[in-house]
Amino acid sequence: MSDFFRPATLAEALEIRANHAAVPLAGGTDLLVRYRNWAGTLPKIEKPVVSVGHLSELRGISVHQNGAAPDLSIGAGVTYGELLAHPQVPELLKNSIWWLAAPGLRNVATLAGNLCNASPAADAVCALYALDATVDIAGAGGTRRVPVEEFITGPGRTVLRTDELVTAIHLRPDEGGVVFYQKVGTRKANALSKLSICARASVHAGVLESVGIAVGAVAPTIVRSRDIEATLIGRPVSDIAAHAAEVVSRYEPLVRPISDQRSTAEYRKATALGLIGRFLMERLTG
Amino acid sequence: MTRFTLNGKPVTTSAHPMARLLDVLRDEFRMTGVKEGCGEGECGACSILRDGKLVNSCILSVGMMEGAHLETPEGISATPGGKAINDGYAEAGAVQCGFCMTGMAVATEALLRENLNPTEHEIRTAISGNLCRCTGYALIIDGIERAAEKRREIAAGGKTERSERTA
Amino acid sequence: MKPTISAAVPRVDSHGKTSGDSKYLADYYFPDMLYARTLRSTRARARILAVTVPDLPVGYFYVDHTDLPPGGSNCVEMIKRDWRAFAADLTSFHGETIGMVVGPDRGEILRILDAITVEYEDLEPAVDIDEALALKGGPIHGSDNIFAEINLKKGDPDAAFANAARIVENTYHSGAQEHVYLEPQALAACIVDGKLTIYASTQCPFYIRHSVATALGYAEDQVRIRHTVTGGGFGGKEHYPDVLAVPLAVAVLKTGKPVQLVLSREEDMEVTSKRHPSRIHLRTALDADGNILGMELDTIIDAGAYESSSRVVLQRAVFTGIGVYDIPNVRAHGRAVCTNSVPADAFRGFGAPQGLFAIEMHMSYVAREIGADEDEFRARYFARQGTRTITNGHVYEQVMLPELLERVKRAADYDRKKRACVPGSGRGIGLSFVQHGSGFTGSGERDIIKARVRLRRTESGVVEICASCVEIGQGIDTTHRKVVADALGIPYTEVRLLNTDTDLTPDSGPTCASRSASVVGYLIEQAALKLKARWTEPGLIEVEQQYAQPEEVQWDAETMQGDAYPAYSWGVNCVEVQVDPVTHEVETTGIWTAYEIGRALDELVVKGQIDGGMIQGLGYAHIEKLERKDGRFLQTTMADYAIPTSLDYPSVHSELIDNPYPYGPSGAKGAGEVVLDGAAPAFAMAVQHAIGAPVCRIPVTPEYLLEVSAHDPVHAQR
Repeated sequence: MSDFFRPATLAEALEIRANHAAVPLAGGTDLLVRYRNWAGTLPKIEKPVVSVGHLSELRGISVHQNGAAPDLSIGAGVTYGELLAHPQVPELLKNSIWWLAAPGLRNVATLAGNLCNASPAADAVCALYALDATVDIAGAGGTRRVPVEEFITGPGRTVLRTDELVTAIHLRPDEGGVVFYQKVGTRKANALSKLSICARASVHAGVLESVGIAVGAVAPTIVRSRDIEATLIGRPVSDIAAHAAEVVSRYEPLVRPISDQRSTAEYRKATALGLIGRFLMERLTG
Repeated sequence: MTRFTLNGKPVTTSAHPMARLLDVLRDEFRMTGVKEGCGEGECGACSILRDGKLVNSCILSVGMMEGAHLETPEGISATPGGKAINDGYAEAGAVQCGFCMTGMAVATEALLRENLNPTEHEIRTAISGNLCRCTGYALIIDGIERAAEKRREIAAGGKTERSERTA
Repeated sequence: MKPTISAAVPRVDSHGKTSGDSKYLADYYFPDMLYARTLRSTRARARILAVTVPDLPVGYFYVDHTDLPPGGSNCVEMIKRDWRAFAADLTSFHGETIGMVVGPDRGEILRILDAITVEYEDLEPAVDIDEALALKGGPIHGSDNIFAEINLKKGDPDAAFANAARIVENTYHSGAQEHVYLEPQALAACIVDGKLTIYASTQCPFYIRHSVATALGYAEDQVRIRHTVTGGGFGGKEHYPDVLAVPLAVAVLKTGKPVQLVLSREEDMEVTSKRHPSRIHLRTALDADGNILGMELDTIIDAGAYESSSRVVLQRAVFTGIGVYDIPNVRAHGRAVCTNSVPADAFRGFGAPQGLFAIEMHMSYVAREIGADEDEFRARYFARQGTRTITNGHVYEQVMLPELLERVKRAADYDRKKRACVPGSGRGIGLSFVQHGSGFTGSGERDIIKARVRLRRTESGVVEICASCVEIGQGIDTTHRKVVADALGIPYTEVRLLNTDTDLTPDSGPTCASRSASVVGYLIEQAALKLKARWTEPGLIEVEQQYAQPEEVQWDAETMQGDAYPAYSWGVNCVEVQVDPVTHEVETTGIWTAYEIGRALDELVVKGQIDGGMIQGLGYAHIEKLERKDGRFLQTTMADYAIPTSLDYPSVHSELIDNPYPYGPSGAKGAGEVVLDGAAPAFAMAVQHAIGAPVCRIPVTPEYLLEVSAHDPVHAQR
């Protein structure tokens, strides 16, 4: 049976984290599913739990001018439902959320909670990779900000220390451009991912100015290659489309899926590469 | 101790804060209209409203409910709007085995509070986390359309600003 | 003019179910109630050497085979005595019941279960059809692992194949399917006035009574079963509650207290019965002009570790094996094979969906092989009134397949769409033709069930129906009242269907195979006519009605020759799809159906059956993947085993053709199964049109379609 803490402030929550190594609980849609138990019994979690979803410091979505670039800050307690309703949340993230879960889950699940769970199959986290998200971490020793690709270190593993909490996630507000989201799930809606692709690009006068391509559930962590992307930037999109097969082949060694109860490695690999090709050939050229 | 309101009444529970809200609602408060279909947030049979929003009570801990306003199928059914849902379902022939139905009615309530003129796609989306194995959903959708019509009539009779919008 | 009984009325159970007033099993809180959880085998096949139970806290109990009362026997008798109530020295599948822990606190029960150790000596399991037929690890059942075998012959198949100009053959596979009734299996039992009383979410209260009485060595009337509002069954609560009821009854006898046994979803998915996986090989002999001379069927179903109803499921799979077609010469061989896996049992359709998927895909395959149009080719062989069946019985009714086909084609704009979609274009449309024999197979009604119903007009003028057909969602509570009301000429609101209670209601048989509507409904109608004749008598009137087989129906159970079914329901389905060329995901864009089910007892109830059956059937055809590894299911949560949501499939267009059946209530035949049967072949037909390659396996997953597209479609099938 685990202890349950309900702090009144973020500072109090950080103290509880530091003193008890308590597991943070926001919406509970990952944690309470993982530790679910028989009716009438407590969840199978041994560690103490600290509830953080209600903390006012973690609520809210705001846009600030950060130097020249605007910055969208998403509090760690913000639910998927709240993100969907906000006008400046990037369309790519919204698409991933819409297909991620049904309304009852979206009303409690948080982006930060999903991020900390560090599943390679988390659709919205895949969008964060493509969108160059950064993560604010607070701890007894102060705060730090890390890119999402550095935040997650492996399946279920992050750089978050037991005395720290994620407080916010930062993105550029919706900037239009080309957006491509496709998820292959166990069914059409409210489904777990077999794989998903999140990609965005800006194209000016037929030339690719920026791009982000992330693929989920095909490797221990979400796949994004800035090296491959760098070779695409500055090229005409018609040229990229014409050489899509060659670009796709460069992703081939990065896509290393497994077989499990949802799909096969062969299928995941072929489909992931096919969807990268679809983005390059069909979506970039609009 | 956790305090919240249940169908409008302030209540207190001494259940362990990590206890499933579903168990506390059923075993302590005997709100047995809240069903356990899967225990992992997949089926929606345990749907309730928390602060007006649809949630699955099987994957919420009761300690998270401090200060929340909870509504169960029992509470919703007792309101004129809830009765409109039940009547709409009955007219449409939406109910078969019924085990998903209380949760479905709660999801309907959540939808109609925000949207009295839902399209078929909006209805399908609103109930996409409420699984039904009997009906194939079509008659439920019909029932929700009928309920929406009744709710528009209630709104037209009750509040003038709403009736203008729906007129 | 619309027949009066078909006009929809409000269902009597609607408001209670939407408001939360209706009490399902888990909603009963008996005073001083204990909870039970099962200790299960964790081996597919092993000897059990020892079970070590720690010292138990006061008020907690461990229950196993040693607790059976003297005179009892360690068995669950269903159709036959095959399941063990408790695995004692041997276990034959992963999840088999060994014992049960009972007590007041569920957390403590889990701790006790964790502390119990079971010592096994592993044996080599045979976990699939091939391993079982090869007798891997030695036979599990008898000497050959065959629970049931069927050999049938119609006409002269030897001559047909000897004279064939060409033989076309292929193999068709279907997977297991989980029922996912929304209410998991649930029973509770207690002693009421000295009598063992079991409350159950079930399709068949009298089956439970029989199993429990047999295991305890009691007379049947020493056990009482009371039906509670049941949250879906689909066949999954036909026999499986018996498996739970016997250990539960033993627990109540041991503790003397009320005990509740409600499975969690995961436990339910891991251990309860499923639809039989099948492998069906079909061979067709053709003459030089492409006419069918004869056909051979080799049907194998994977029955799991115990026989349950597999013999009868196999019969239906084989008897439905040539579908809606009049094939002149047929040889059929069927086997139900014992494997070390969770026993398969009844599931809506009961063998027919497997047989129909195979024959429909095969007829299409044969047509393509000889360059014929698959729809015209199939229509050429439609059965007609008087057609001889695979068991050399007859089709008695007028067969309205051409009319049904016409309706579906018009609604779907089929001919135009079929022409517009080039095979392999990614868009496809397909048709299926299905039939489903009404009621039990063979002479089961006459020889085994012997159904009885009672009607009573009380002194206050209310008419009460006493039967053991239970409402499980299919609407029988409403339709039975309508049948009686119609016969008596009174409003259906003046009729009541009593909750089934084996002490108070006669045994009218199980709730399955649409027999409640068609067979028991007819008895109720006959009883109502008797009551009507005595209506002017004062005070209480009671009438009874017993089943009698229609005279023209002839069946020899020994030789399996004659009329396997007294009548058939018929359906034509059309499904339209779009296949993503990169992900191989299939999007269903249209569903059109037409059925001949005699006469609808209530149009909305029937529409609910059509919609639900079609969507459940599409789940089976498409997304409901249930795999096994080492005898265990890999998909055991509702996250991993995906059933359709409201966003997966569009609404179903449906039409009915009225063709009243003389031995059905108001002319009704069965409707519950035929509405599922045609989904898989119509869907698969549409997909193979879209991809331009044959589909021979369900579920049609994107992974399977990747495999199909990666191979030369023609040579892959040889």
